[in-house]
Amino acid sequence: MELLFAITLGVLTASGVYLMLRGRTFPVVLGMTLVTYAVNLFLFAMGRLSTGGAPIIGQSQMYADPLPQALVLTAIVISFAMTAFVLVLSIRAVCELGNDHVDGEGQ
Amino acid sequence: MMLALIVVLPLLGSVLPVMLDRGGRRLPAVAAAIPAAIAFFILLSLRSRLVDGAAITISYTWLENLGLNLSLRMDGLSFLFALLILGIGLLVILYARYYLSSEEAIGRFYSYLLLFMAAMLGVVLSENVLLMLVFWEVTSLSSFLLIGFWSHRSDSRRGARMALTITSGGGLALLAGILLLGHIAGSFELSQILVSGSRIVEHPLYPLMLVLILLGAFTKSAQFPFHFWLPHAMAAPTPVSAYLHSATMVKAGIYLMARLYPAISGTDEWFYIVSLTGLTTLLLGSAMAFFQQDLKGLLAYSTISHLGLITLLFGLDTDMSSVAAIFHTINHATFKASLFMAAGIIDHETGTRDLRRLGGLYRYMPHTALLAIVASLSMAGVPLLNGFLSKEMFLGETLQQGLLGPFNWVIPVVSTVANLLTMAYSIRFIHQAFLDKTADPSALPHYPPHEPPFWMRAPANILVLLCVLVGLMPEQTVGSLLALAARVSLGGPLPEYSLALWHGFNLPLVMSLIALGGGLLLYFGMRRPLFRLYNRLPDAEARDVFEGAMQCLVRLTVLFTERVENGSLQRYMALMLIGVLLVTGSALWDLKILTGPVAMTPLDSITSAGLVILMATSISVVLFHRRRLQAIIFSSVAGLMVSLLFARFSAPDLALTQLSVEVVTTVLLVLALFFLPWHTPRESSALRRGRDGLLAVGCGGLVSLLAYAVLTRPYESIAQFFLDKSVSDAGGSNVVNVILVDFRGFDTLGEISVLAITGIAVYAMLDGITPKLPERGLGGYPWIRDRHPLMLKVMAKLLLPLALLVSVFIFLRGHQLPGGGFIAGLITTAALILQYIASGLRWTTARLPLDYRRMAGIGILLAGATGLVAWLFGKPFLTSGFTHLHIPVIGDVELASAALFDLGVYLTVVGSSLLTLAHLASSGRPQEEGAS
Repeated sequence: MELLFAITLGVLTASGVYLMLRGRTFPVVLGMTLVTYAVNLFLFAMGRLSTGGAPIIGQSQMYADPLPQALVLTAIVISFAMTAFVLVLSIRAVCELGNDHVDGEGQ
Repeated sequence: MMLALIVVLPLLGSVLPVMLDRGGRRLPAVAAAIPAAIAFFILLSLRSRLVDGAAITISYTWLENLGLNLSLRMDGLSFLFALLILGIGLLVILYARYYLSSEEAIGRFYSYLLLFMAAMLGVVLSENVLLMLVFWEVTSLSSFLLIGFWSHRSDSRRGARMALTITSGGGLALLAGILLLGHIAGSFELSQILVSGSRIVEHPLYPLMLVLILLGAFTKSAQFPFHFWLPHAMAAPTPVSAYLHSATMVKAGIYLMARLYPAISGTDEWFYIVSLTGLTTLLLGSAMAFFQQDLKGLLAYSTISHLGLITLLFGLDTDMSSVAAIFHTINHATFKASLFMAAGIIDHETGTRDLRRLGGLYRYMPHTALLAIVASLSMAGVPLLNGFLSKEMFLGETLQQGLLGPFNWVIPVVSTVANLLTMAYSIRFIHQAFLDKTADPSALPHYPPHEPPFWMRAPANILVLLCVLVGLMPEQTVGSLLALAARVSLGGPLPEYSLALWHGFNLPLVMSLIALGGGLLLYFGMRRPLFRLYNRLPDAEARDVFEGAMQCLVRLTVLFTERVENGSLQRYMALMLIGVLLVTGSALWDLKILTGPVAMTPLDSITSAGLVILMATSISVVLFHRRRLQAIIFSSVAGLMVSLLFARFSAPDLALTQLSVEVVTTVLLVLALFFLPWHTPRESSALRRGRDGLLAVGCGGLVSLLAYAVLTRPYESIAQFFLDKSVSDAGGSNVVNVILVDFRGFDTLGEISVLAITGIAVYAMLDGITPKLPERGLGGYPWIRDRHPLMLKVMAKLLLPLALLVSVFIFLRGHQLPGGGFIAGLITTAALILQYIASGLRWTTARLPLDYRRMAGIGILLAGATGLVAWLFGKPFLTSGFTHLHIPVIGDVELASAALFDLGVYLTVVGSSLLTLAHLASSGRPQEEGAS
């Protein structure tokens, strides 16, 4: 399981990084979303992958680590905010510059 | 306390003159003189406590872990230097008031001067060597400001930059040296360092440390080969030269050697480096001084030569030589400062400093001429003046030392030659400026020159008087001061010496006489052929080498900047990723075994299917990224899989959050796409794609390796604390939520603030723009006339109350079961967005008049206020409380202050998400209704 999980993280990261290196804003935003998934899953996995152990007192015998979960929960919300911000930034850039190249250059 | 005032007064006082800049010349000068004068008297009042090498210290802890404390120390050596700094400083303040014209920024000048004075005092009064280094750097910076005071002149800008480059470069070396010294001695406090001399010199790092520290001292004190900045610093106003380049700044390096003498001297390395550098500088400076045509240039090279003499004395292997070094430091400060002042007067009154144009000034300004002549004779070492005494001591010591074995004679011979040259240039100064009758003064820019005001001459008067007094009665005037300082510098008992004028007819006197006679002969007899020879020499200036090197450096950095910082985000991103790869890769290099000892959990088919789908969708996003709508669909599927993964691996809260965020994000992406081009053109070259692919695979591989390596290793968690305390201390069984709103509430407060700031930023960013909207929709089809499909409208209206009910439910149970403010907020957002999509912006806004900006603000305030309430009960910020209430019919209800906090989170999340979305939607069609 861990091996497949790790490979998945790698694929997610690689896809995200590739997109972030593109020259137009929208793929960059998508790339950031993918990298965010990868990072959140990575952080989450630092508490190890456990089954049937939701950290709710009294609901199971053994609990998963709640700390990475709490960290990742806020990270998800913050990355949503970041995506929103970057999207609006790219809209503004299109309006100001007339194109959506990350360096603000037209063809 | 009084000790600290000596440094603090000029430092604080330095803001005064610049504030009084409008008050003519007198007010800033008075404002500068008052703190300096008070500090001067405090200094004198402390004198009586310094008997027998005693030291006054005060200490305040500052950055203790770094060994940096605000500790000051005053002993005989610091006293002497502080006396020079404050005494000559006061005279220079008086002098500058007459030197500068009223059009100049006098307030600024005095502020710089006081800043410099404070820094110098800091250097000589620091007990902590790191603190000393801080002041040392401030002297470099403030001297830069002073040298470049006439910033409209290119030579003063260049001179200032050169001085700063050399001295602060030396400062860097000194920093390294001091760190090593502190490391070796085990402390950065001088009192500790000064007693660990034997340990320091035996340490294997000693040679390196010594070279670094001496680099700092030599650059500051203009020793060969770093001497060339000093003549160029003569572009400064003359009061600055009189202060910095005679008595203070260039003496900082001397002070450093005198100060650390007990700790780092006594080895062969010390003797050879210091004495040979000093000897070279001595000879070079005096030879160069002879050929200068600029009055201040002559004095500058003469200063270099005298600094070389003092350095040489510190390098000789006798105790007595250090006494002579300190004695000469005092004498040099007095005669050189007065000479600079006289040069300034000449410049001021005649309009030139060129020795070829001056001459016969004795007739016009007899008083100034007398002052300059006496000071020059002292510089030349003529008997009855103070320069003679220390020179005799110096010559005596060159005979006593035994450094060079069979070549021992080199040092006294070179010293005599240098003294001969000193005599020659002193005579040249006197003769060509004042006595030469052949020159024609009427060709001077200002004719006829006349005596300056009395108070402009007064500082030089005092200094020259000191030269004579010390020369006549050394024991009575400076005897005790010298003994006080030399005792500290030596770190032990003083050698036997006498400061008398007459020591009988001995070898040093003979050397002196040779120098005096030879100097006269050289000037009057061989001046012309020597100058002819000098003028034929190739014009190899250290300045040109320096400027060339600087320009080369600038070109290199420009080239580098252009290559690296070319304005391309793609380039930056690639560079950063390469950096990540290198750093992380090199850190992982040490990992011997990839797979850790923990066995992997077995693979089950559903989870693997999920992971495979996740991989497939993320690759699909890449493959389809040019068709943006499809890419959004794939990325939202990926998000969905991520939330399922959270659910699978025991994180229900995360699954719920990810799910609701995914909904909102997808809506946002589609909405944004409306304003952006719908397709990405194919423009990257195959090479670029290949490079990016490599980088991507590299990063992905690294993350995989890292994740795998971590996941197969055992770990310790601090989670048990939260699991144990969650119910008992915070009254909640959903530990994740309890951590968010209680244990780590402060973090969450910060996070929702970021969220709200993003909302506001989006609002601001969309302000005032009207995005161009495409005429036709995706695929070239015209837009549908009916913007709000009936089915969707009806469904949305039905769904809204249900969805709101669900979010209330999720919110309320959050403390005990999966849920909470974040998730409930996102669900509410999704429900409201649905209304906007289904019924349009105007319709929804009319029925739901919510101010989202205010909502986000209230959320943060509420969360913050919940934290503040804890203060009312005398608890730390954000301490939570809870209680159980039994209400009939409903049952046991728990009331926790954390729930209020969570409500704040809820409001912020709803407020800022909707602020973003609704505003984005409304900016599309300002006059019409919603768009999506």
